[in-house]
Amino acid sequence: MTQATHETAIPTRSRFEIGAVAPFMALALLCVLGVLVNPRFLGLENITNVLARSTFIATIAVGQTLVIVGGGLDLSVGAMAALVSGLVILFLNSGLIADPTLLILAAMALSLVAGALCGLFNGLTSTLGKIEPFIVTLGSMGIFRSLLTWLAQGGSITIKSSDVRAAYSQVYFGDLFGVPYPVLVILGVAILGAFILYSTAYGRHVRAVGSNEDVARYSGISVARVRTITYVLQGLCVAIAVIVYVPRLSSASSTTGLGWELTAITAVVVGGTRLKGGVGRMWGTIAGALILEVIGNIMLLSNLVSEYLIGAVQGAIIIIAMLAQRGLARGR
Amino acid sequence: MTPAAAPDAPLLEAVGLSRLFGPVEVLSDVSVAFRRGEVHAIIGENGAGKSTLMRILSGHLAPSRGAIRLDGAPLALRGPVDAERRGIVLVHQEIMLAPDLSIAENMFLGRELRRGAAVDDRTMNARAEEAMRVFGVDVSVTVPVQRLSIARRQLAQIARALGAPHRIAIFDEPTASLTPVETGALLKLIRELKATGIAVVYISHRLEEVKAIADVVTILRDGKHVATSPAAELQPVDMARLMVGRDLLALYPPRAPAPTGEPAFVVSGFNAPGFAESASFSVRPGEILGFSGLIGAGRTELFEALFGLRKGGGEIRLNEAAQRWPDARSAMNAGAVYLTEDRKGKGLLLEETVATNLTLAALERFQRGPLIDRAKEGRALDEAIRRFDIRIGDKGILAGQMSGGNQQKLLIAKMLLLDPKLVVIDEPTRGVDIGAKQQIYRFIVALAAEGRSVIVISSEMTELIGVCHRIIVMRNGQIVGEVAGDAMTEHAIVVLATGVDVSAGEAHK
Repeated sequence: MTQATHETAIPTRSRFEIGAVAPFMALALLCVLGVLVNPRFLGLENITNVLARSTFIATIAVGQTLVIVGGGLDLSVGAMAALVSGLVILFLNSGLIADPTLLILAAMALSLVAGALCGLFNGLTSTLGKIEPFIVTLGSMGIFRSLLTWLAQGGSITIKSSDVRAAYSQVYFGDLFGVPYPVLVILGVAILGAFILYSTAYGRHVRAVGSNEDVARYSGISVARVRTITYVLQGLCVAIAVIVYVPRLSSASSTTGLGWELTAITAVVVGGTRLKGGVGRMWGTIAGALILEVIGNIMLLSNLVSEYLIGAVQGAIIIIAMLAQRGLARGR
Repeated sequence: MTPAAAPDAPLLEAVGLSRLFGPVEVLSDVSVAFRRGEVHAIIGENGAGKSTLMRILSGHLAPSRGAIRLDGAPLALRGPVDAERRGIVLVHQEIMLAPDLSIAENMFLGRELRRGAAVDDRTMNARAEEAMRVFGVDVSVTVPVQRLSIARRQLAQIARALGAPHRIAIFDEPTASLTPVETGALLKLIRELKATGIAVVYISHRLEEVKAIADVVTILRDGKHVATSPAAELQPVDMARLMVGRDLLALYPPRAPAPTGEPAFVVSGFNAPGFAESASFSVRPGEILGFSGLIGAGRTELFEALFGLRKGGGEIRLNEAAQRWPDARSAMNAGAVYLTEDRKGKGLLLEETVATNLTLAALERFQRGPLIDRAKEGRALDEAIRRFDIRIGDKGILAGQMSGGNQQKLLIAKMLLLDPKLVVIDEPTRGVDIGAKQQIYRFIVALAAEGRSVIVISSEMTELIGVCHRIIVMRNGQIVGEVAGDAMTEHAIVVLATGVDVSAGEAHK
């Protein structure tokens, strides 16, 4: 027990553990509040609805967690979701494959490829071009959204065939043994994300790169490769979100995914991941995404505050979450 | 400034200071008195409580028990700013400068000179230049600090601290990253401070230096006061014995005779643009080759370029095979590792555990499919702890919480997991206490005995002379000479490193 003699203020492990639990405690408190405000809150229908609605943000936020832990940032995810949605719907409308099931499966594959390519573009531009990820993804955000607007000719792109629409809607509205597919998607993506971050050598490299790029480089880790892959994984997460999103409204327009990037980053940060990289909390991110959705839901179910103020309440929650984490850290 | 007290009355006094961190008492009942015009050295191993004592005296930390007296009156410091206002300045061991600001901007940070509403850059730059010239360093004070070598940053930091009006100057290992010439300039500056009646508190691991500069020496061990005595009555050997609490065996282990086989690692005509030119040298298996030179001579940069960590090019051969190392990984794959001088900045992830750090460079050896084999990792940790005597109470401890000596041992263990044929260690004992130093020298000698080629880069000539078979000296980016065997003396190295015969120069003064 000689560590106390060391002068540099390195946080101790106990702090991290509290930081890891805090978002779940906050979520639990919100749920209690929800029940107090309106008993319907805990109803199966409402809970399912909340979970399903949070799928997009939660899925994207899993990728964003990897990007942020690796010391990057991706502002383009909302625009990327819009562009990939548009591409998927255009493909569905192309009628290249007659069988609706095969057509939908091919569209899903296309979504993954398109998302991965978008991510690869972000990753390579920022690592090889040595440009701040903030700037790169600010640029690609404009490019992606503008491309979608052009594809939609300023309007919206909608699935034409009602057969395809009906078949595809199962992905969002269907369920497996009573568990809706979107919930399974959140679970699957989060488990995979947590596995990558915590259990694989690659995940540890991501943490090393985000924590101290020089140490990583001097340890023989290719910083550019590790970072680029985080963006590709982010692109895949966006693609998965799109796969679930398209059947919900069956259409994409220039307002699709608007503001998702900030909501996803909020979920990541509220979940306890450090914005400057190195420390990541995958399950905290999921809790963060749910917290944001639950707040909106409580406001809809109650008449305490106008639902037009959802943004203000969510903004306040971010600040409160940060202050709470800071306070917890100091208390130790 | 009331000189009511007797001239030799203490200016600053620590009376029964104790400090607890949680249940751990890192400083217990320490009393020391510091007088005007006196250099008072505080020595002790890492964890002995030196830094804690200094942080209490400079207002960074409040004591759990005990009191500080200034001019005989009790003093409750509210913080470092308060301490500075009362004339107590601390020169930190860690570099604490804003990297994007220049030397001059850093030096006057928070106390900028103004002309009207604007800052008076011209005067500040002139004063900063003057302050740096005291150290014999010719450096542009308008260049961002991050572009300077660690030594120059350290000097800038000293200049910044001394820029505030002060009566007591506390130096926390100021020479850890300085070369002999710069150290000499600093010691001269300290003597001047002393002559003007300033009380100087000096913390150092370098006992020779303490012997040279201090009037009084206080030894701490395990947070307790061991002895205070005039420096004249203590030899470095005695200091070391009091610090460690037992007699030290010889600091340097016996050395195997210099190997005579064919060189394993051969570099010819290697350039690191801006830092080193046409460097050619070779090292044999089992040989320990030293690299000496002043800070800025290009030693570190040459090896960073060789290992693909910065730009450079030239011919490299390892065991006959031509090598091209665009990054550290390719060097590692070829069996060569470089242990950075900047442990905290480039060597270890301070906020990660010991095990994570240990396996970071050799992680593919701990993989089972995509998974990390934690059991195997745990066994490697146990083995490293045993072999390198890494002293940690709790395996969950973070690298940043370990002492300098243990961090260095961890860095050595980390790179040796790759089982390299060539090991380059840059500043192996910087910021390391004497007990760990002794062990690290033994590890270095053992590495060579296992048939590996070892290169040691160091600013401490004594340690190069103590462990190396042969020493190459660099000056201004060039290899200027080589000494071996009995010809390895500090004098010979300094002459090569500076290009000036120092003893002849001194004689003229």
